[in-house]
Amino acid sequence: MADNDSHRKLRIHALRYNPAKAGDTPRIQTYELEEAPGMTLFIALSEIREKQDPSLQFDFVCRAGICGSCGMMINGRPGLACRTVTKDLEADISLAPLPVFELIGDLSVNSGKWMRGMSEKLETWVHAQERALDLKRIEEPMDPALAEAVYELDRCIECGCCVASCGTARMREDFVGAVGLNKIARFRLDPRDKRTDADFYELVGDDNGVFGCMSLLACHDVCPKNLPLQTQIAFLRRKMVVQGTQG
Amino acid sequence: MDSTPNVIAGVGLADRPRKSRWPARMDLAQSLTGLALGLFMWGHMFFVSSILLGKDAMWTITKFFEGYFVLGTAYPGIVSVVVAVVFALVIVHAFLAMRKFPANYQQYRTFIGHRKLMAHEDTTLWWVQALTGFLLFFLAAVHLYQMMMHPGDIGPYQSGERIWSGGWGPLYIIMLLAVEFHGGIGLYRLAVKWGWFEGKDPNASRKRLKTLKWVLTAFFLALGVATFVAYAKIGYQIRDQKGAVYTPSWVVPNPMEKAK
Repeated sequence: MADNDSHRKLRIHALRYNPAKAGDTPRIQTYELEEAPGMTLFIALSEIREKQDPSLQFDFVCRAGICGSCGMMINGRPGLACRTVTKDLEADISLAPLPVFELIGDLSVNSGKWMRGMSEKLETWVHAQERALDLKRIEEPMDPALAEAVYELDRCIECGCCVASCGTARMREDFVGAVGLNKIARFRLDPRDKRTDADFYELVGDDNGVFGCMSLLACHDVCPKNLPLQTQIAFLRRKMVVQGTQG
Repeated sequence: MDSTPNVIAGVGLADRPRKSRWPARMDLAQSLTGLALGLFMWGHMFFVSSILLGKDAMWTITKFFEGYFVLGTAYPGIVSVVVAVVFALVIVHAFLAMRKFPANYQQYRTFIGHRKLMAHEDTTLWWVQALTGFLLFFLAAVHLYQMMMHPGDIGPYQSGERIWSGGWGPLYIIMLLAVEFHGGIGLYRLAVKWGWFEGKDPNASRKRLKTLKWVLTAFFLALGVATFVAYAKIGYQIRDQKGAVYTPSWVVPNPMEKAK
């Protein structure tokens, strides 16, 4: 590593609050540690928990930007701790839990609960319209380009960064967010899903769905997976307006 | 888990009551009225700024819209009709756009904090758009009502007098700022909202649209301020001639006289 010469002292200001502990109040706690080469926020937080404060709560599983557990507000913007290199930040780093989601404690939120609610509301699974399940049947072939397009949108890891960055989601709790709209776009592409635009309109054709989006595009700008949220939401909006005015 | 196959098959989906079509219509109408008003404002600014080419140019544009060059007589009433249509568009647009405003103090506080924390340009621009839109409820209403009721009071001298002696200067200058920011941001947002001009690389297109938006805002603000100053100057020069009406020397007979 070339940056051995600059071992900065990092000051991590983390929001501490445990809602399960009676009488606990939110506060900022500052941890100091020495920056290591190639250090990510995940490594820094792990070191703090190991050497300074075992009570600090935060989530991680994969350390590689795949599981979507370590989403948090980094200097005011949502991002994945495991994919954020401290070298790219100032020595003072402020961390807070993602808003919108239920707080478990400190930097840990229950995004899974929100995602499950959204998934059930938007029915984010393939609706095959076949009564009998036949697990031995060979799957229909899919055009590789289409499979690629479906996969592109399927890369979403449900980290919740888009929801936390969304002005609409912050103001209106029933808004399904870019994650929900992206899922509808994904299943709309999938030929195995027999739902039509009329069916999708029932799911996202209102102000909690695609028409609630105000196109602030923060979702698109913060998405750690660089999903094409701007174009997908615009596409879905056009389709739902056609459905809503002609269907 | 007897219901699993049914859930997978989506049984019952088609039997549910249909969702209202109004959210789609309202979303489309908000964008269409916004587009119409945004484009109108560009045209409006060009027509008003004709004063920079001289009093005769501005007079000609004014009389053109009063039908003088087609009908042979100036009918300011035509302007009233156009203003009424614009007024209606403003009311519909304001009514629809209001749905997006923070609806209570908690939402307001949340958004303010969110905007500050995120420091995200398009989020901040939306807030500017919401605030200027709110201002325009009042500014545009005053301006439009006055123009609808006194369409004949548009002209190099009358407009100049309004700014210098008539107390309309502050309204016009605040409205200029509000309209240019609101409209410029709004037209940019329309493009990204509906996916216009996406091209092969939507991220690069968005950057270009944003640059274009700022260039246009700067251009129209500069044009607007220059126009404002030009009218104020005329108003200053004729400050002692209350109710003066400008008619180019080459116009015989006076079109307003003929209308009476």
